[in-house]
Amino acid sequence: MKHAQTAENEFHLPRLERQPFEPRALKSIVLSSITVAAAITACIPLFSVLIMLLYRGGKRLSLEVFYQLPPTAFETGGGFGNAIVGTLFMVGIAALISVPFGILAAIFLAELGPDSKVAITARFCAKIMTGLPSILAGVFAYAAVVVVFKTYSAWAGGIALSLLMIPVVLLTAEEAIKMVPRAMKEAAVGIGCTPAQAMVKVILPVALPGIITGVVLAVARAAGETAPLLFTALFSDYWLKAQEPTASLAVLIYNYSGMPFENQIELAWAASLVLVLMVFLLNIISRTLGGRKKI
Amino acid sequence: MAHPTTTLPQEAASLSQPPSKMDIIFNKSFRSLTYAFTWAMVLLLAAIVIKIGIKAIPAIERHGLAFLTTTTWDVNSQHFGILPEIWGTLYSSLLALILGGFFGITIAIFLTQDFLPHRVEVVLKSIIELLAAIPSVVYGLWGIFVLIPLIRPLADFLHTHLGWLPWFSTSLSGPGMFPAALVLSIMILPTIAAISQDAFRAIPHKTKEAAFGMGTTRWEAILKVMLPAASGGIFGALVLGLGRALGETMALAMLVGNSNQISLSVFAPANTLASLLALNFPEAAEYEVSVLMYAACILLLITLLVNIAGTAIIAMTGSGAKK
Amino acid sequence: MLMKSTQREEKAATQTNDTPAEVVLDCHAEQIFYGDFLAVRDSKVPIQKNKITGFIGPSGCGKSTVLKSINRMNDLVRTFRFEGKVQFHGIDIYDKKVDPVSVRRNIGMVFQQPNPFSMSIYENVAFGLRLNRFRGNMDEKVEKALRGAALWDEVKNKLKNNGLSLSGGQQQRLCIARAIATEPQVLLMDEPCSALDPIATRQVEELMIQLKQRFTVAIVTHNMQQAQRVADQTAFFAVDISQGGRTGYLVEMGPTSELFNNPKEQLTKDYLHGEFS
Repeated sequence: MKHAQTAENEFHLPRLERQPFEPRALKSIVLSSITVAAAITACIPLFSVLIMLLYRGGKRLSLEVFYQLPPTAFETGGGFGNAIVGTLFMVGIAALISVPFGILAAIFLAELGPDSKVAITARFCAKIMTGLPSILAGVFAYAAVVVVFKTYSAWAGGIALSLLMIPVVLLTAEEAIKMVPRAMKEAAVGIGCTPAQAMVKVILPVALPGIITGVVLAVARAAGETAPLLFTALFSDYWLKAQEPTASLAVLIYNYSGMPFENQIELAWAASLVLVLMVFLLNIISRTLGGRKKI
Repeated sequence: MAHPTTTLPQEAASLSQPPSKMDIIFNKSFRSLTYAFTWAMVLLLAAIVIKIGIKAIPAIERHGLAFLTTTTWDVNSQHFGILPEIWGTLYSSLLALILGGFFGITIAIFLTQDFLPHRVEVVLKSIIELLAAIPSVVYGLWGIFVLIPLIRPLADFLHTHLGWLPWFSTSLSGPGMFPAALVLSIMILPTIAAISQDAFRAIPHKTKEAAFGMGTTRWEAILKVMLPAASGGIFGALVLGLGRALGETMALAMLVGNSNQISLSVFAPANTLASLLALNFPEAAEYEVSVLMYAACILLLITLLVNIAGTAIIAMTGSGAKK
Repeated sequence: MLMKSTQREEKAATQTNDTPAEVVLDCHAEQIFYGDFLAVRDSKVPIQKNKITGFIGPSGCGKSTVLKSINRMNDLVRTFRFEGKVQFHGIDIYDKKVDPVSVRRNIGMVFQQPNPFSMSIYENVAFGLRLNRFRGNMDEKVEKALRGAALWDEVKNKLKNNGLSLSGGQQQRLCIARAIATEPQVLLMDEPCSALDPIATRQVEELMIQLKQRFTVAIVTHNMQQAQRVADQTAFFAVDISQGGRTGYLVEMGPTSELFNNPKEQLTKDYLHGEFS
């Protein structure tokens, strides 16, 4: 602490040194520590989940879980080959429905009629639908498909998943198309493209990486969904028959997590590991393609 | 639009051709197709609302509003009430929102206010985003076999020493509100963190400069200038996080205990609307399906309102428009 | 200060000292709106065959707006409204029966910023030909267009490379090649050199002078020296702020040498001498 006084007039030289024990400095230190602690705490679940998956799931993981059928109650061994096939099949159906649906609507929203009433309404609906509880997609598919065809099926499961993918594909594809430089759109129109030609020949190829990013993200989200499949695809201990109840990794994990048999619980962990690896792989693909991060 | 009929004069040298019939048909059908799918998006949401609504009509007619205020769920005597589920849904979401909101906003501050070198920031951001990528059923599994055993000592301690508080009045017997809300908060944390980060990034740099220029400490700038400036976007983030928490199914179905009771105690088992649907739908008989559709309607209504509010708040404050 | 420009500029257009040529494109923009905003009024610009017509004037004077109206590029702007006529061989291109896509195929355009497509150099040039269902020797046409744009020697060994990998000047010449490949009757250029360095600018200017033997060219430029170097006819636009808005209009038009050496309007004189605010 320095106080300088001159004879003529009182003059306090301002204190410029750091004052670590001053209240405001203490407050800063405390708050910063809380922030660091919160950030570290938030990372713990992720690492805990990953470590447990590798430890408990990795222990059970072997080649045969990929091609064997689920075991019955007191059996040992077995696998979840049918659940992997089921998940891939239903996510495939969902993608086949939602990709054309989402991209075509996105083209209208981004280019052909961005300010029209229907486009504004559709954009709003899509945003609202991204927040729709996934179980309600299952409820709707149950009412619209299962009840009508009187059977649980892979089709119903795929349709339920597509409801969750459509808004994600639509909104990311719209962003991607809007990102195409205006100069390039002008060039296409200026050379005499019809709007459809400009879109198909020039704009879509440029927007493609962004669109694929969105599709892959939507697929990743759908692959991990359980709730929409619970009473649309149900579950099955047998290989895929699309018009009958169908197994999926997610529902298998749910069913087996509540069983009192060690073998099934181990399989649930192994299936979780496979599912998380699939989802992470898809996320990495979409990040590499997109070059920028989004959730 | 009338079909163009006038052909422009051609010069011998020019290769220009008017668009062919095919081009014109392609253009028109392409436009109509995209237009149709735009309408389909609107109709899809409408169809979901209407379909669930219609299926619920028999139950709505029979039970009316008593459905929302009674507590029994008995298939045999055909008495249905979802008050405990509504309570459980709101209580678990609120607890998750408090925890997830605190961590989410703190992390958003940590990631946007120059605490970290850029590289570390990117890594931490990716970790938080990966939290969102893990399927909820995996969180449920983790909750059952890792989290519940882990928090049991803490729960026992709180119950023994602070059992006179209503929140700790029962002991944790396994699944219950506390582990469910804990997992729920992990699941909504990435959403809140991401949208709050957008809100902080949307603040013009000069605002921060002005604060530092006035001689504030870093935290004075954050608390007195940045946080109020980002408050609209953060509020929107919290509302959307709440929307996610209300609709989350699997983690709750696996962890909340599925018990039809209302209790303030965070260690007591409870139930939520979404997990009620998840558990009862597969075995429901015809009339019970209608009752469940009624419950689905209530869930739809609550989440739609919350999501519309959240989207509107974010749109109005103009920050963090991208999700 | 408002002037009765219409009569004078009509006179100017007919009183050319250079050999008068056939008017391919007679643009008469009575009023051009963006929403409620009147951007351009009373501008009559006849464009003569195999000549270069330059559009000059201060920024905001509507010269680009008028140029872009000539091939209906402004249709992309939702609120755009054009009142008047653009006679192309006697047909009004704003007639309801006319397809704007056909118009753009006959009246090519080169933009301010080079905007090649994200595809190979070859495909960039072939793009318009494919669009117009050209069925002859594609390689020959692509080479001809690239030679015409003075780019052939620089790219002949890397036709498969992406058009965006070229330098700015090369990109702009690629865009010119793309525009002339289909041999449009008129070529519109909107400040084609504004994004280029002086050497690339000179190359493009030399190119324009060659191009006018085969095409009719209209060019917007903010650079008066450039207009003097390349344009046969020059149209001078100014901004009228007397009505509260910023409305552009044609002050006068005539042969370039006459307009620069002996302008009829005081406003033109002031602008040419740099006394324009």
